[in-house]
Amino acid sequence: MALLVLAMVVQHNLFSVVVLFGIYSFLMATVLVALDAVDVAMTEAAVGAGISTVLFLAALYLTRGDETRPLHRTWSALLVSVGVGGALVYGTLGLPAFSDPAAPIHTHVVPRYIHEGPKETGVPNVVTAVLASYRGFDTLGETTVVFTAGIGVIALLRRRRRKEGDR
Amino acid sequence: MCLPAAAATQSNDGESMTLASHYSYWMTILLMITGLYIVVARGNLIKKLIGLGIFQTSVYLIYIAPGKLIGGTAPIVAEGFKIYSNPLPHVLILTAIVVGVATLALGLALVVRIYEEYGSIEEDTILEVERRDEADQEKAGDRS
Repeated sequence: MALLVLAMVVQHNLFSVVVLFGIYSFLMATVLVALDAVDVAMTEAAVGAGISTVLFLAALYLTRGDETRPLHRTWSALLVSVGVGGALVYGTLGLPAFSDPAAPIHTHVVPRYIHEGPKETGVPNVVTAVLASYRGFDTLGETTVVFTAGIGVIALLRRRRRKEGDR
Repeated sequence: MCLPAAAATQSNDGESMTLASHYSYWMTILLMITGLYIVVARGNLIKKLIGLGIFQTSVYLIYIAPGKLIGGTAPIVAEGFKIYSNPLPHVLILTAIVVGVATLALGLALVVRIYEEYGSIEEDTILEVERRDEADQEKAGDRS
């Protein structure tokens, strides 16, 4: 996966970068399955590897397919990235170890969701119960964002069609 | 990237920090800085959006990896299972993925518009065109 990402950095043909991104998303989905996040993996495979790739290909069709310019600001960019990475690695030193059952993430509200959720909502899948029931407002906000983005896309691409009609 | 392998070799000692115990964080950070590098160093707008996508997936990982419990199963309650992985990050990231694709669509629409306006999706060329336009306008202003 890391190799794939590096290939994406080096590759200049945007079409192959997009295809690599699709493969990367699919690999990410398999990693998510390994991490027990089956719902997320399904969404990632459908949305990340499917819809995103189609969107990218559509945008490529409407624009140019190659990255023509050489790199610029390479060294400062590398420095910034490595600096941020170093700071983040320093930050991880204070985090609990992988799969530590005593970590705060596992002790706060989650036991209640797992033990009471199926009884209170009648849904055995805890992810669905939390998504639709306990955190329903999140989903409302999410649909608002998607709706706004849809309006934005329509507004941007509609202007273009009108322009073409004027010609 | 093989997180499961890291999981298999990891000890249950919560206090001591080993390579395996923080491996998932570090791989995530590697992905994150690669995404950041693409966004900063590449002038092509579509490439920048792909960098943002990589950055975003690393955020998914950094949420979901701590929720995993070794020996646990996916959080679907059924008989015969005692340990479940943490469902809360899954919920948050489900929302994040859908919102992410919406913002991606918006970004690509902007890129298409920019291409039609400037005839290029390279940052440098766009800036050049901008500068030329400004110079032209100033000239026009001087004449009048």
